[in-house]
Amino acid sequence: MSAIDHAAELDKAGANVSGRLGALLFFARRYPLGAIGALIMIAFLATALFAGAITGFDPLTTNSKASLAPPGEMHLLGADFMGRDVFARIVHGARISLAVAVGATLLGCVVGTLIGLSSGFFGGWFDLLVQRFIDMMQSLPLLVMALVMAASLGPSLQNTIIAIAIPLVPDVARIIRSNTLSLREMPYVEAARAVGMGELRIALIHVLPNTLAPLIVLATAQFGSAILVEAALSFLGLGVPEPHPSWGRMLSESAAEYVRTAPWLVIFPGIAISAVVFGTNLLGDAIRDMLDPRQRS
Amino acid sequence: MRTLEVENLQTWFYTRAGLVKAVDGVSFSLERSETLAIVGESGCGKSVTSLSLMRLVADPPGRIVGGAVRLGGTDLLTLDEAAMRDVRGNRIAMIFQEPMTSLNPVMTVGRQISEAVILHQRVSRGAALARAVEMLQLVGIPEPAARAREYPHQLSGGMRQRAMIAMAIACNPEVLIADEPTSALDVTIQAQILEVIARLQRELGTAVILITHDLGIVAETAERVIVMYAGRKVEEAPVKRLFAQPLHPYTRGLIDSIPRLALMRQAGAQAAGRLQEIPGIVPALSDLPPGCIFAPRCALASDTCRREYPPYEEKQPGQWAACWHSDQVGGAAHG
Amino acid sequence: MAETAAPLLQVEDLAKHFPVKKGLLRRTIGQVRAVDGVSFSIGAGETLGLVGESGCGKTTVGRTLLRLIEPTAGSIRIEGQDITRLSRSELRPFRRQMQIIFQDPFSSLNPRMRAGEIVGEPLRVHGLRSQDERRERVAQLFERVGLRKAQMDAYPHQFSGGQRQRIGVARALALNPKLIVGDEPVSALDVSIQAQVINLLMDLQRELGLSYLFISHNLAVVEHISHRVAVMYLGRIVEHTDKVRLFTHALHPYTEALLAAVPVPDPLIKREKWVVQGDVPSPLNPPPGCHFHPRCPYAEARCKVEAPALREVEHGHYVACHLR
Repeated sequence: MSAIDHAAELDKAGANVSGRLGALLFFARRYPLGAIGALIMIAFLATALFAGAITGFDPLTTNSKASLAPPGEMHLLGADFMGRDVFARIVHGARISLAVAVGATLLGCVVGTLIGLSSGFFGGWFDLLVQRFIDMMQSLPLLVMALVMAASLGPSLQNTIIAIAIPLVPDVARIIRSNTLSLREMPYVEAARAVGMGELRIALIHVLPNTLAPLIVLATAQFGSAILVEAALSFLGLGVPEPHPSWGRMLSESAAEYVRTAPWLVIFPGIAISAVVFGTNLLGDAIRDMLDPRQRS
Repeated sequence: MRTLEVENLQTWFYTRAGLVKAVDGVSFSLERSETLAIVGESGCGKSVTSLSLMRLVADPPGRIVGGAVRLGGTDLLTLDEAAMRDVRGNRIAMIFQEPMTSLNPVMTVGRQISEAVILHQRVSRGAALARAVEMLQLVGIPEPAARAREYPHQLSGGMRQRAMIAMAIACNPEVLIADEPTSALDVTIQAQILEVIARLQRELGTAVILITHDLGIVAETAERVIVMYAGRKVEEAPVKRLFAQPLHPYTRGLIDSIPRLALMRQAGAQAAGRLQEIPGIVPALSDLPPGCIFAPRCALASDTCRREYPPYEEKQPGQWAACWHSDQVGGAAHG
Repeated sequence: MAETAAPLLQVEDLAKHFPVKKGLLRRTIGQVRAVDGVSFSIGAGETLGLVGESGCGKTTVGRTLLRLIEPTAGSIRIEGQDITRLSRSELRPFRRQMQIIFQDPFSSLNPRMRAGEIVGEPLRVHGLRSQDERRERVAQLFERVGLRKAQMDAYPHQFSGGQRQRIGVARALALNPKLIVGDEPVSALDVSIQAQVINLLMDLQRELGLSYLFISHNLAVVEHISHRVAVMYLGRIVEHTDKVRLFTHALHPYTEALLAAVPVPDPLIKREKWVVQGDVPSPLNPPPGCHFHPRCPYAEARCKVEAPALREVEHGHYVACHLR
């Protein structure tokens, strides 16, 4: 048998990791793609939070003299047909994307969890009805549902968030419900009943906290979806309206007319959307692998 | 030549918590038709030992880092994976605790057994199926031809375990490893399964390694016993000597802590008012104390024990133990 | 056994049937008689051992007693009061009298709650609002079961199996119950830890005058800890007597089969080897007449048609067999 370097093997397994920084670096080495995803997301977050500090230009100020200016000294990524700085609009657009994605994901998860938890825990005809309803919701593709919602609710920031949140609900409800069904049978839940605890309290204190772990993976995936759907809705004119800068609307305003004459108007928003969705996917995959019990040593 | 010879087996796990020496220097040998029991509680390394013999230890995080496993002269640890696959299920086979999860739920029982036969003996499907039915008969399943066409979930727990035994002996292995084969079964079914294994051993001459935590099973089926604690052997003896005169405090503690039915007590012996306890818990394998690993829980522990690990020696003919105070262990409390 | 005015627990003709549903409309096509007319009583400070193999219904009996499963028929009386059909809120005060310890030390504790919180929860549910008072009481309970106060803030995964089971015992003791149902409380523990927990349970019984319904398949443990023992087979009690008589003078063939099957941890003791054949039958399809007749070496024609009733064959010794 060949000699084994025990120290090296232990290092690989992460035995010598100490402190928060050490643990962080260890995970980065183990899940390099996830680390890249995390970095992209941090960049996204930072851009959104510090938009004002990053760029001097106001995204809404028009300047006819700079109309369609190519990327250069003055305008880092060029200017659109109204002379608005593209870089500033992308940076501030990150804010909108973040707000919509976080808002929609949060709303979708909260509503979905409430539905899934009550449906799974209390069962009976309530569960059957809710399940059929969820089935109906799930049979419509995400984009179509969001479109229908947006069209009926009318364009505004809040309505966009709601329109994107609604199609997320069935997926969340499904996962939470199936976890609830199995957790409901756990001995510690029976123990709570034996003590005389009310069903509602049991659901909230004993079942709910233990259903949330798988939700993390779903939420990161939903986050990416939400960004994509917002871009699509805004592209179609049904999402975030003027004057908020939105990456999707930047594309729709420019795609048809200027793609050949001023490609920077299309390329940069496109890169922004792709990068963020890519980042959430990488991060989501890594989190899922991390939480997978089979991966654990 | 001995059927199986294990020499200084070491299987270590590299984990975030540190180095876990799950099996640390275990040696034993096995003859034809012999039953060796490996006894110990959770975490002692008995299951990892059996997985190491079959080279089924998950890598990462585990690795067999030392020793030799000689089956009829060939060291299994030096074989490449293809050669090992020829050996596994063919010359050395294993049965597990949970028959439901060890049998493929979407394949009929007969098909699963014949797969094992086809893999190793290159016979036609028809011949393999016939052998499968023959094996089912051998393990005492009534109407074997009909059972062979059924799926695992259609059989009872006892039947499933018999089917798994049939699958294991289909190729007439030299060594059969039974890892807690009856722990998940009812006591009346357990008795049946143990009888099946004993009968097969007599008829086929298979050497059996029986891994269990149940000293009752050990007493009734084993010829020799190895007691493991925290990855090492602490005692080894023929079964009668082990129970009559254990030489390690842990063995003594195990034997004494089991409640005994009235009919098991020798004439005149009183029922235990309070069960003998072994205080404390097994130490974490990544954090073993210096000196004798059992010392923190041992009533006989002295400074020597805490400082230096006792050598594993033949204290009496045929009886080995690793203890500085074997002579003080005394006979078992129960009569 | 002395007859007291109203025993702590009295169960009469307890039955639990689970409907078997089939088809699109979920029509009930049959019943699984998991518990099929079981009667027994437990006095103060007494342990009744309930033994049997899988499918015998012993676990269902334990759960039904606590109304975790609703009984189909029969009555359950605590100190003379019938609790069988009380509503949830009426039942609540009685819940203080009966608690349960589960088999699996891993799933019987909420992994997201601290050990001290788990043990203190029953107190909280029953009105002990002050957090300080609760902590103090929980600390007492921890010490009583052999854990250290400092461990109150740890999470379940930081404890060993035996320690987790002790937490379960502490939780069961929190409300000062009179009866604790132990559903295979030591079966999932290592042998040396089993001894610790069994000793703990017996010490607590002596100190606090607790009664136990000790459900187990391990006959040796049951003999050690029980005063009286009842043997169940397919939903019915087939033999019921004090422990000395059950284990030295069993009358029912199934009890004999069970005792013959238990391996003896002593190679010098030689016994008549009798291995009963056949499988443990499923409660979905019980044999007619006496449930045990297909596996019984003494079965007669009568046994195949007529189910024997549980009769007092000797003083305090009940058997359900035509041949005794």
